Amino acid sequence: MLLEILTQANGVSGNEKEVRDIIFKEVKQYADEIKIDKIGNLIVHKKGIKESKNKVLFAAHMDEVGLIVTDIDELGFVKFTTVGGIDKRVLVSKTVIIGKNKVPGVIGAKPIHLQKNNERDNTIPLENLYIDIGADNKSEAEQLIEIGDYIAFNTKYEEFGDGNIKAKALDDRVGCSILIDLIKDENIEYDFYAVFTVMEEVGLVGAGPAAYSINPDISVILEGTVCYEMPELDSHLVPTKLGHGPVISLVDRHSLYDYELREIAVNTAMKNNIPYQYRKTSSGGNDAGEIQVSRSGSKTLAISLATRYIHSTSSIINKDDYYNTVLLIKHLVPILCEGEKNDRF
Amino acid sequence: MDIREALMTLTNSYGVSGQEYNLHEMIINIFKDYVDSTEIDSLGNIIFFKKGTNDDGFKIMLAAHMDEIGLMVTKIEDNGFLRFAEVGGIDPRTVVGQEVLVHGSKVIPGVIGTKPPHMIEKEEQEKSLKLKDMIIDTGYSRENLIKYVHIGDFISIKRESMLLSNDRMAGKSMDDRVGVAVLYDLVKRLNSIKHYPDVYMVCTVQEEVTMSGARTSAYSINPDIGIAIDVGFGYTPELKKSETLILGKGPGITLGGNIDNTLRKQLIEVAKEYNIPYQHSIEPGPTGTDGSAIQITKEGIPTLVISVPLRYMHTSVELVDLKDIRFTSILLSNFIKNTKKINYSFVEENLCY
Repeated sequence: MLLEILTQANGVSGNEKEVRDIIFKEVKQYADEIKIDKIGNLIVHKKGIKESKNKVLFAAHMDEVGLIVTDIDELGFVKFTTVGGIDKRVLVSKTVIIGKNKVPGVIGAKPIHLQKNNERDNTIPLENLYIDIGADNKSEAEQLIEIGDYIAFNTKYEEFGDGNIKAKALDDRVGCSILIDLIKDENIEYDFYAVFTVMEEVGLVGAGPAAYSINPDISVILEGTVCYEMPELDSHLVPTKLGHGPVISLVDRHSLYDYELREIAVNTAMKNNIPYQYRKTSSGGNDAGEIQVSRSGSKTLAISLATRYIHSTSSIINKDDYYNTVLLIKHLVPILCEGEKNDRF
Repeated sequence: MDIREALMTLTNSYGVSGQEYNLHEMIINIFKDYVDSTEIDSLGNIIFFKKGTNDDGFKIMLAAHMDEIGLMVTKIEDNGFLRFAEVGGIDPRTVVGQEVLVHGSKVIPGVIGTKPPHMIEKEEQEKSLKLKDMIIDTGYSRENLIKYVHIGDFISIKRESMLLSNDRMAGKSMDDRVGVAVLYDLVKRLNSIKHYPDVYMVCTVQEEVTMSGARTSAYSINPDIGIAIDVGFGYTPELKKSETLILGKGPGITLGGNIDNTLRKQLIEVAKEYNIPYQHSIEPGPTGTDGSAIQITKEGIPTLVISVPLRYMHTSVELVDLKDIRFTSILLSNFIKNTKKINYSFVEENLCY
């Protein structure tokens, strides 16, 4: 799958070039217009044989959470801070890849044998963590890396279990991959826009300017979203479930999704026997937050894949969820572009 | 196969304490061209033998443990998630978000799941997670998983070793495959020299839980000298210099009650004679290595413990310097070469000590 290439590429927020280059190469021959805007968003216009009544924009973000080098100490150890929302507890005892030269390194921890009794009850503070690249001192380390280098998790794409995929950065390379599929699909007859945004994970930075330049009527955000299915949780506390179909957002920290679009999505899923689920949490947020308030505003819909262990080193999605999401979106394109009213309205 | 390749092969294989049988074939294949005979005993220790030039049956036993710390399945939840317990000394904070391999009737990959940060309150992040709060997600439903996985199956942390700057390597189970790598480099050296003692090289089992492997193999070999090759805490900024060894500066030679002082002095003499760097490692009581078990076998065995410096012990990113492996095996081959039957006077000296 293309998703493998996309997730093996590193694109920590603010440093999306490697991912953008892959996407650019993939979609170039299918695009009628393609450009990279001033802050790094990749914008694609695909003209259809049918004119759209609504200007429809599909958006996915290219960036991923990661780390950035803040200092190199005298002993050659690399200090860092997080880029995007990361639970610092997942960083311990992991391997990482630093900078353009892809220098490997490890985040270690104090041996259990030398810890004091209650030391294990507390999280290791971020400022006590560092990366060991094997260098013996500062100048040796400086030959390989520099302050400001971006650091990505070192995780392999693998398919496993009941048709699942494990990789880093599934949030939101999975959205990028679906959007690429959409652009490549020659059966889509309608005119539409696609944007691959930058810096979603550090505050929805890229989406606003992209929406401003496209000025859409309707925007559909394609995402990887929170999934957490611990056995002890009551069902209303489980935000999404793996393998239960595309996730339709209701509300999050940044957006209230358009009620009518939501209904259209649900009805389209039901009519075509595509499983779907609602996103049953108001935490988190995505590019819709900026897109819906750009210029005089646009209606937004978010369709996501349930992504277990999101923002950690190894996240998981389900392949059926992927195909069902692609299917739902392809069914939605003509409805959204034609501007048909939902039967219920 | 050079040291780098050998250590890569050794650490990219899986053998949690009690499950070392996984490693037998791989390790025997690496060693077989360099030894006179190979035996696997009833606990699963691999005993490699190399005959010396002596005619008095003088024997040295070298032990490096091949087992690694890991986890074990304790429950399969209705939704297919696995609950687990630790095997050996595991800091629960080091397994959060790790990828694992569940060694059922088929090897099943999995991920130790984490809560999305979007749903975590700020204070919650300050509390460390306990094993009982964690699950392994294999991506299988319970129905499909129970075809392959049962309670009691071993689980290992999945990690491919990485070569870092300065010929350093990081990965899981460097403790104590690095000791096995020392044995490998040593046996190659012994093949090009004449050595007086018979040499028994034992890849022991279960060091991380009970040291049973060293106990039983030392009993059956009954050596004149026992040497445990293990790892020592490598210096990093959060540790005391006095408790640690510097990476790349040679093996730590342990001093203390577990150690035969005459032999230790001999070893240091050899290091000085051949300009091999070494460091001191102080441990007043039992060392917590196979050396502790060997020392009290039968009527007691004079024992040495040699440690390869290693950072981040008992994590999945244990880090060693390949130079230290080489220094250790050079030191040992020179020590073994000329060591003869011990004069009883050493006992008196030892008792005075």
